[in-house]
Amino acid sequence: MSAIAARAEAGNTPEIDEVDQVVVRFAGDSGDGIQLAGTQFSTTAVVVGNDIATFPDYPAEIRAPAGSLPGVSGYQIHLSSHDIRTPGDSPNVLVAMNPAALKTNLPALERGGIVIVNSDAFTPLNLQKAGYADNPLSGEALSSYRVIAVPISTLNFKGLERVELPKKQLDRCKNFFALGLVYWMFDRPLEPTLRWIQAKFRNDDPVGEANAQALREGYHYGETIEAPSMRMRVGAATFPPGVYRNITGNGALALGLVAASALSGKPLFYGTYPITPASDILHDLSRRKEYGVRVFQAEDEIAAIGAAIGAAYGGALAVTGTSGPGLALKSEAIGLAVMTELPLVILDVQRAGPSTGMPTKTEQSDLLQAIYGRNGESPVAVLAAATPSDCFDTALEACRLALELMTPVILLSDAYLGNAAEPWKLPELSSLRPITISHPRAGNGFLPYARDPETMARPWAIPGTPQLEHRIGGLEKADGSGQVSYDPHNHEHMVAVRAERIARISQRIAPAFVYGAAAGDVLIVSWGGTKGAVFTAVDQLRKQGLSVAAMHLRHLNPLPGNVGEVLGRFRHVLVAELNRGQLLMLLRARYLVGATGLNKVQGLPFRVSEIVDAVRELLGRGRRHLRKEEKHGAHEDRGTGAGSDSALDARRLRFGPRSALVPGM
Amino acid sequence: MRWCPGCDDYAILAQVQKTMPALGIPRENIVIVSGIGCSSRFPYYMATYGFHTIHGRAPAIATGLKIARPELSVWVVTGDGDGLSIGGNHLLHAMRRNVGLKILLFNNRVYGLTKGQFSPTSEVGKKTKSSPMGSIERPVNPVSFALAAEATFVARVAAVDQDLLGKILRRAAVHRGVAFVEILQNCPIFNDGTFDSLTDRRTKTDRTVLLEHGAPLIYGRQRDRGLALDGLDLRVTTATGDGATSRLLVHDEQAPSATLAFLLSRLEDPVAVGVFRAVESPTFEDGVLRQERSAAREGKQADLETLLYRGADTWKVE
Ligand code: SF4
Repeated sequence: MSAIAARAEAGNTPEIDEVDQVVVRFAGDSGDGIQLAGTQFSTTAVVVGNDIATFPDYPAEIRAPAGSLPGVSGYQIHLSSHDIRTPGDSPNVLVAMNPAALKTNLPALERGGIVIVNSDAFTPLNLQKAGYADNPLSGEALSSYRVIAVPISTLNFKGLERVELPKKQLDRCKNFFALGLVYWMFDRPLEPTLRWIQAKFRNDDPVGEANAQALREGYHYGETIEAPSMRMRVGAATFPPGVYRNITGNGALALGLVAASALSGKPLFYGTYPITPASDILHDLSRRKEYGVRVFQAEDEIAAIGAAIGAAYGGALAVTGTSGPGLALKSEAIGLAVMTELPLVILDVQRAGPSTGMPTKTEQSDLLQAIYGRNGESPVAVLAAATPSDCFDTALEACRLALELMTPVILLSDAYLGNAAEPWKLPELSSLRPITISHPRAGNGFLPYARDPETMARPWAIPGTPQLEHRIGGLEKADGSGQVSYDPHNHEHMVAVRAERIARISQRIAPAFVYGAAAGDVLIVSWGGTKGAVFTAVDQLRKQGLSVAAMHLRHLNPLPGNVGEVLGRFRHVLVAELNRGQLLMLLRARYLVGATGLNKVQGLPFRVSEIVDAVRELLGRGRRHLRKEEKHGAHEDRGTGAGSDSALDARRLRFGPRSALVPGM
Repeated sequence: MRWCPGCDDYAILAQVQKTMPALGIPRENIVIVSGIGCSSRFPYYMATYGFHTIHGRAPAIATGLKIARPELSVWVVTGDGDGLSIGGNHLLHAMRRNVGLKILLFNNRVYGLTKGQFSPTSEVGKKTKSSPMGSIERPVNPVSFALAAEATFVARVAAVDQDLLGKILRRAAVHRGVAFVEILQNCPIFNDGTFDSLTDRRTKTDRTVLLEHGAPLIYGRQRDRGLALDGLDLRVTTATGDGATSRLLVHDEQAPSATLAFLLSRLEDPVAVGVFRAVESPTFEDGVLRQERSAAREGKQADLETLLYRGADTWKVE
C-alpha cells in the first residue's frame, strides 16, 4: 500500500498531504478528451516544477463504439518531487469517465487507491456495454478503494447554463470539469490550462469559454466535497540548473532532425507516408518550412524512402520515417542506399506486430528486422533512443553518422517513447557540435568509390558539380571506380568493405553505459525505451542490498566495444526487452554468453516490479527448479537449444571482443 | 554496350545523345534516373550524372531529387514493366503531382531483361514463355494512363522515327512540369516486329496519324483520311470532298481538358503519334519553394536557438 492509500485509510490527516510522488490515470471513452486532459495535467505539473513521466495509452485508431471496452483511452502520469524515469507501475488515483474505463483500468489501480467516477455515465446501457451485471458503484465491488462518485455530466451542464452552445457541445467539456476537480485535488493552479485555452480559441469563441468555465466548475466543486483527506500536494523536484521544456519522443525526433540540418548546413528532406505511431513527426516537420525543411508525403512507404534517397543523392540531409510495416516495405530501398553508400536516416517508431498488429501499442520487435531484414549482406548502423528527450540526441547522432560516414542509419524508437512526455533540459547551443561534410570539387581523376582511409566513406559528389559526372546504382560496384562489376573477388571484397564500414563505427561511439554495481551478480541489459524501468529496478534492487547493474545499449549495430567485457563481469545476465528475445539472441550468438531473457509482448512497457521480480527470481532460483513458467506479466525465457543449459545458471561460457560467428555486427 | 544487337534502345540513345547537348543545359546539371530493365541501363551510356536504381522506383527517387534540387534537369528512363507494372503507382503520382521530371517510357511490350515474359502492355493473346497459350490480360495504354493522371505534357513516338523523337525530346526538355513520352521500341530478341506496321515506310502513313497542334487530323498515303468526332468517340472519315474541313477534328494540344487527347490515345487504327497534350500548370517543386518563401517571409526566425528555446513553453531552473 502506498503512502497515499495508507493516509486515505487513516482518514484523519491535515487538509493537504505532502506526498513524494503520485501516479494518476485518466481513462474514458476515446471521444471524452482523455488525452487532452492528460497532457494538460502533465503540462501543469511541469510548470509547478514536478518531474514527470507520462504514458498515453490509445485505443486502436478507428474509434470503437462509445462506451465499449475497446474504446477506452488512457493517460497515465507519474509526478514526483524527485527524479523519476517511468510513468509508474500502478496508479494511485484513477479518473474513470464511464463504466468501461473503470472496468479496464481498475485492475491496475493500487489497493486502497482513489477512484473518481462520472456517476452519470453509469447508465444501464453503459454498464451493459462494459459487461457489468450490477452497478459497481452500489454494492461491494469497489470496497477496497476509495470511491468518489461525482455526477460530472449533470454538474457540468449546470455550470455551463449560461454558455450558448448546443447541449452536445457542452457535454464535451466534461473532461475539463474532471480536470478541474483533479487540479483541486492536487492543489494545482488553473492558469496554465486557462492560458492554453486562450491561445487555442478566439476570445469570443463560446467553446473556449465553455472549457474554461468547466475547468473552474470542477475545481470549485472540489471545494464542496467533504473529504479533505483526499487532497495532496507533490512538491517541486530539484532539477539541475538550466532551461527546460516538456517534450514527447516524436517531438524530440523532429527537433533533432531540424537541429542536425542546422548543424550540418544541409537542408532537411523528410519523405514519409502517414503511419501510426510515427505520423506526429510528419505533422511537426510540416510546420517548419521556415527552416528550409522539405517534407514530402509520398504515395507509399517505398516512394517515401525512394524520394529520400533521391534527395540524399542531390545533397540533402535525407530522412524517412515509419513504423514496422513501413520498414518492411522499405527494405529493398535501404539495400540501394547501402549499395550506393548514400547518407540516409530511417526512423522506425516501433509498434506491436506482426502485420498490422496493434498500431497504437508499443513493442521492440523490429530489432532484427532493422539489423538484418534485407536481401544480401546489407549492414546498416542501428541506434535506439532511450527516453523521450533522448530522441533528440539520438536523432542528432544518427544524422551525424549518416552524413559523416555516408551510410544508412536506422533509428529505433517506439510507440511508448513517441507519445510519452517528460521535462527536457535543453542543450547549451555551444555544446552542439557541427556536423562536418565535404563535397568533392571539380578535378581530375575523380573516383566515386574512392575511400577515406579512416572511415572508408566514399566522396559525396552531388549533381551540379562540373567534371564529377558519374553513375551509381544497385549493381555491384568495383571498389574505387564504381564501375559495374561481376568480378567474384571484387564482390567478396565489397561485401567485406560494407561490413567493415559499419563495424568501424564502434571506434567512434561511446562505450555502453553501465549503471549500478561495476561487477557482481546480475547485469540487466536493456536497449531503447525500457531503460527507465530497468534503471529504476536497479535502484530498488540495490536498495535491497543486491548486487545488480544495468547496461543500456544505445548502439545496436555495431555494438560498443566494451559489451563483451561488461557481460563477463557478472554472474547472471538478464536481457530485458519487449519482444521474444531478439537482443538476447544477438548477444548469445556473438559473445556466447549464457544470458536469460526477460520478455514481454503485451503492447505495454515494462513495469518496474516485473523486472525486480525477475531479478529476484533469477538469484533465488536453484538449478533444480527450472521449468518454463509463465507469469502474470512478463515471462522469462530460459532459452532453448544450444546454450540453454548454460542459461540455467546463466554462467558465461566464453567471451571474445569480436566473435566470428555473427559477421557484420 | 550491354543491349542486344539491333535493339531499338540504341536508336533512342543516339537521339538523346544528339539532343541533349543542344538543349543549353550544362552537362553537370542533367541527371538520368532509371529503374530496372533493359531500358534502365540507359544512364551508364550517358556522360551526365546517372542513377540506376531499383525496379519501378525511379519516379519516386527522381521526385525526391527534383524537390531537393529543383534547378537540375531530371530525366527518368523506364520501361513498360518497370514503369507500368511494378512502378505504376509511382508513375501515376509523379504525373498527377506535376513534378518537373522528363519521363521516357520505352515500350517494347515484353520483359526483355528477364528473357521474355508478357508485360502489362502486351496485347491479348500474346504468346510468351509465361503465356504459352497467349496472354489473357488486357494491356494498359501508356498514353491513356498518363492522360488519366493529368500529366501536363504527353507524347508518343516510335524509336526509329528519329526526327520526331528529336523534336519531342526537345519539347519535353523545355516543358515546365512533368513530361511523359512513350517511345515505341522494338525488341528484336523477344518481341520482334511488334510495331512494324507503325514504322515500316510502306505502311506507316496509313497506320499512324501525326498530331500537330492547330492542324486537322489527316493521315494516309494520299492524305485522304481524317478523324472526326462521332458522339463520344472518334471515327475515321474521308479528308477530301465537300464539308471535309468542317467535319475534321483539329488537334489542340493545349485544350484544358484531356478528353479529346484521351480519345486520340485510344486509337488503334490509325495509331496517333506526336504530342497529345502540352498545357501549363503550376509544378510541384514551385509549390514547395513558394511555401518555403512565404514561411520565411512571415518573418519567423529559423535558427537553433529559436528552434529549441522559443518553440514552446520553457522554464528556467536556477
Ligand atoms: S532483350 Fe530486347 S529490349 Fe532488351 S536489350 Fe535485348 S533487344 Fe533490347
